[in-house]
Amino acid sequence: MAAKLLVESVSKVFGDGGRAVTALENTDFTVGESEFITILGPSGCGKSTILKIIAGLTEPSSGRVTLDGRAISGPGRDRGMVFQTYTLFPWLTVTENIEFGLEVAGRPKAERREVADHYIAKIGLRGFESAYPGQLSGGMKQRVAIARALANDPQVLLMDEPFGALDAQTRTVMQELLLGVWEESHKTILFVTHDVEEAVFMGDTVYVMTARPGRIKARIAVPLPRPRSYDIKVSDVFLGIKKEILALIREESWKAANSLELMGDGDEKDV
Amino acid sequence: MPKEAIPAHVYALCSVLSFALLLLGWSALTYGKYVPPLFLPAPDEIVRSAVTLFAEFGLVTDIIDSVLRVTAGFLLAAAIGVPLGVLMGSLKVCEAFFEPFLGFIRYMPASAFIPLFILWLGIGESEKVAVIFFGTFFQLTLMVMDVTKNVSMDLINTAYTLGVSQRGVFRRVILPASMPGIVDTLRITFGWAWTYLVVAEIVAASSGLGYMIMQSQRFLKTAHIIVGIIVIGLIGIAIDVFFKWLYGRLFPWLGKGGTA
Ligand SMILES: Nc1ncnc2c1ncn2[C@@H]1O[C@H](COP(=O)(O)OP(=O)(O)O)[C@@H](O)[C@H]1O
Ligand SMILES: [Mg+2]
Repeated sequence: MAAKLLVESVSKVFGDGGRAVTALENTDFTVGESEFITILGPSGCGKSTILKIIAGLTEPSSGRVTLDGRAISGPGRDRGMVFQTYTLFPWLTVTENIEFGLEVAGRPKAERREVADHYIAKIGLRGFESAYPGQLSGGMKQRVAIARALANDPQVLLMDEPFGALDAQTRTVMQELLLGVWEESHKTILFVTHDVEEAVFMGDTVYVMTARPGRIKARIAVPLPRPRSYDIKVSDVFLGIKKEILALIREESWKAANSLELMGDGDEKDV
Repeated sequence: MPKEAIPAHVYALCSVLSFALLLLGWSALTYGKYVPPLFLPAPDEIVRSAVTLFAEFGLVTDIIDSVLRVTAGFLLAAAIGVPLGVLMGSLKVCEAFFEPFLGFIRYMPASAFIPLFILWLGIGESEKVAVIFFGTFFQLTLMVMDVTKNVSMDLINTAYTLGVSQRGVFRRVILPASMPGIVDTLRITFGWAWTYLVVAEIVAASSGLGYMIMQSQRFLKTAHIIVGIIVIGLIGIAIDVFFKWLYGRLFPWLGKGGTA
């Protein structure tokens, strides 16, 4: 697999002086062309930060990110992003939301319509073309957000806990729907989550991050066949990987809990 | 029970009842001769005065003059205040430069500046427009700033990842996202502009509703004063209703299930 996206010793420090927070420390990883990677880590470990750096929305304090060999220097339509919060433009209809990126790029109306229709069918929202986001459920909103990002035909799709706000059942449906869409386009995807099962089910590769300051703690390949369906969640391979990751995470959670205690009690800091 | 919904017809009945009670109390006081007509004329006297004022004293001209003044002052405040507020809410540099200054002036009562405006501008139209402008501009700008600040950063970031430029984000995201809040701000500040208008006209004017009220007081025409006050109230309500109608027309997406 050719390296598509290269993250090289990226660090990020927010603020300065005594209140500086190191969100990321020397983070390295590589994403191959058409690879679906998932990034797993406890909350506050810098998952959103790394995605925003790749998207060009945040500058790294040091290190660099290259896409197809070119250094990233700001946001661009070659890197689409789906956020955990609902980010559909509430004043635009479903169709207009999906067409948004193409409209910005100045594509002709007929082409925009065609692309939007294609994705509306794919995400199962026929009949909702002229609905406003306020009329949709949470799961529907995220489906439109995914369609909107894909309609722009990005090189890389960045997804920051896109199903984090959904209930368990809807989330299951959304995972399968996303995999279905991916099977067809084989985009390069970076998918952030704090749900172990989701990370293993979706990814070709799972990167497990350490607690803050975040770093890549382990890279775990997921040799499960594709297309995947729900039954593999009870297969031995799946459960084995899940167990391995849970052990890694338990270690991290202990560290996180202990470091919180230390922060709360200044006297013991040097011990 | 607190916050519990009540049927629509009960709500309407309660609203009508409050006006009915007011009218009843008023009639009792006046027809019962508890209050002399010089202080409070009876309702039928008010109706007759209203007819006279419209037919013989050119009340319509006063209304038009007042509405033109308030509109001029308010449009001026909005024309500068809305763009400035949007800039202050989006660019920290603009906020840092203007916010302390506007925040300081907003606590100075506009009516206290009237003598100064008369000194500078005389008692012509520009003085009245200045009072209305001064009374609304600072609040309006700061309120628009707050509205713009509340536009979600994720929404703006989403636009960037879809190819929108830093400048394009104003037109494509910040403006449409703040528009409902801006229209609401305009509705509220227009109400304030309307009250400042009356203040300005009572102090120095030769036409308008405030002037008419002042003149009526000099000639002890209490009924005319009350007609003037009621007309001001009715126009205020009409403007409020207009803005609410506009709101519904401009933002069909809001009526349909919320903000997100
Ligand atoms: N803009 C910011 N300013 C200051 N600190 C921040 C900012 N963004 C994130 N952080 C801090 O960086 C750390 C990592 O945040 P984030 O990347 O959002 O974590 P995650 O997405 O894994 O939950 C957190 O401790 C958070 O408080
Ligand atoms: Mg996050």
